[in-house]
Amino acid sequence: MTVDPIARVRRPRGVPLALLVPALLGLAFMTLPMVGLLLRAPWRTMPRRLAEPEVLDALWLSAVTATAATGLCLLLGLPLAWLLARVEFRGRGLVRALVTVPLVLPPVVGGVALLLVFGRNGIVGSLLAETLGVTLPFSTAGVVLAMAFVSMPFLVIAVEGALRGADARYEEAAATLGAGRWTVFTHVTLPLVAPGIAAGAVLCWARALGEFGATITFAGNFPGRTQTMPLAVYLALETDLEAAIVLSVILLAVSVTVLACLRERWTAAP
Amino acid sequence: MTALLDAHLVTGHSGFSMDVRLRADAGETLALLGPNGAGKTTALRALAGLHGLSAGHVTLEGRLLDRPAERRWVAPEHRGIGVVFQDYLLFPHLSVLDNVAFGPRRRGLGRAEARAVAAGLLARVGLAEVARRRPRQLSGGQAQRVALARAMALDPVLLLLDEPLAALDARTRLDTRAELHHHLGQHRGAAVLVTHDPVDALVLADRLVVVEDGAVVQEGDAETVTARPRTEYVARLVGLNLYRGRAAGHRVALDSGEALTVADALDGEAFAAFPPSAVALHAERPEGSPRNVWEARIAGMHRHGDHLRVQLDGALRAAADVTPAAAAQLGLVPGRGVWAAVKAAEIRAYPA
Repeated sequence: MTVDPIARVRRPRGVPLALLVPALLGLAFMTLPMVGLLLRAPWRTMPRRLAEPEVLDALWLSAVTATAATGLCLLLGLPLAWLLARVEFRGRGLVRALVTVPLVLPPVVGGVALLLVFGRNGIVGSLLAETLGVTLPFSTAGVVLAMAFVSMPFLVIAVEGALRGADARYEEAAATLGAGRWTVFTHVTLPLVAPGIAAGAVLCWARALGEFGATITFAGNFPGRTQTMPLAVYLALETDLEAAIVLSVILLAVSVTVLACLRERWTAAP
Repeated sequence: MTALLDAHLVTGHSGFSMDVRLRADAGETLALLGPNGAGKTTALRALAGLHGLSAGHVTLEGRLLDRPAERRWVAPEHRGIGVVFQDYLLFPHLSVLDNVAFGPRRRGLGRAEARAVAAGLLARVGLAEVARRRPRQLSGGQAQRVALARAMALDPVLLLLDEPLAALDARTRLDTRAELHHHLGQHRGAAVLVTHDPVDALVLADRLVVVEDGAVVQEGDAETVTARPRTEYVARLVGLNLYRGRAAGHRVALDSGEALTVADALDGEAFAAFPPSAVALHAERPEGSPRNVWEARIAGMHRHGDHLRVQLDGALRAAADVTPAAAAQLGLVPGRGVWAAVKAAEIRAYPA
């Protein structure tokens, strides 16, 4: 019997077991914990739990600090992404590597590093304390700083990718119409990469929301001031398991929502 | 009189170098014609300030825009040069109206004023009704006209057009070409057009500049360039067989060793050119009046309009046009040997 080679390629059930089994195991490994979390969640007491002041405080603080951190990342990260994507300079590769360091750096190490620089005795920290009377560690501003440190790479990488994908000739066309570099940036470049910026900002916000290590190291764990959701989960785990589960379910819901938002963004992008 | 545009463009990048001189008077349209990779677009980008020169200069209306020797370079936004890009590059996030209003806005006009100017320009190119649309909702011909209106909105001293018709289908191309011709005629400044289509160049331009390998190989009005091509590329473009050799009286000794008898008498380095329709093909050696006769082999043939164009190989490589009837009668097939003949009166000779 001869086998038609095309028919063989088209046969849908051609996945080797050696790949299929680990693939399904991997899928189960990633989804089961989340399913478990949902199964164990105290759905009946959920509304009452959510209204507890500690939970609300942590929720509010997380939302505010993550949003502020995203704002800070946009303010500093957009120009940085533009620089990396549009300007050729010596050491650009090195700068790009430096920007991505917080991605792979253990957040605790980031927190320690932030303490050393922005702490009371740090280079920048002592200067801030002397001139402005501002101390960042163990304050809400410190939370924002810690979050921005770990989530900045997400924004920079996403926006730089969008900038590289955008046709730079639109910027040239704008220049021939009399637009200076700043006008080109605000009137042409930014609108063209808006979907990329939105995606980067959402990723950045989600990462900031989940930030734990750098926050607890640099900003501590003070309810209402620096105790964000992940910190509250960790603390509740030792005293009140049910509260920890409730907080975790909220974070899970936010993550899934973010993912859904990004899908919309990515499919709607031109 | 000094020209409106006076440019000497010298630049280069990995394995390519360009040295092109361009001059254009007010109201004149120049066509840069040449094969792909000849450096036409680079020349245009250099004029617009989007590609740096390594030497030479660009002067527009007496204003020095570029002179690397003096480290002088004026940024694109301060040049007063309008550009119609090859794929138009209309801003996708702006309406057609705001695309055209983009230039006037940068000139400091208020939003309402700039839009009024843009609306007027769109009306002039017959597109008032699409003003509120997004660029992606336009047809190719409409997008081309919007791009032209956008570039003209600043009333530029110099208008640059990069393959303005290349992206259009044949039918739209014909209408748009006629319209573009009309608008270029009204443009008071100079225009430089880049194209690889000789028809665009002949219809739209007052003067042709043929560029090959980063250098100008021929320059002149349409009549001169089409009648007296100076390179293989131009000859093919205008449909002529072209040879180079040494003339002595009515005889041109070709570099390949053959010789042609021509109508014009001249001496020295010369070109000889004749159209494919001047070549007669015969099965046997033809008798009679003094002619250029040679033996050839058919290398290939294809339809060309209502006749067949036959590529001849042999001592003299040439293209010949025959009617399908004649081809059938002679039994022309690739590989077959024939006799080719051209009357001396059909061959034009001119100094190289």
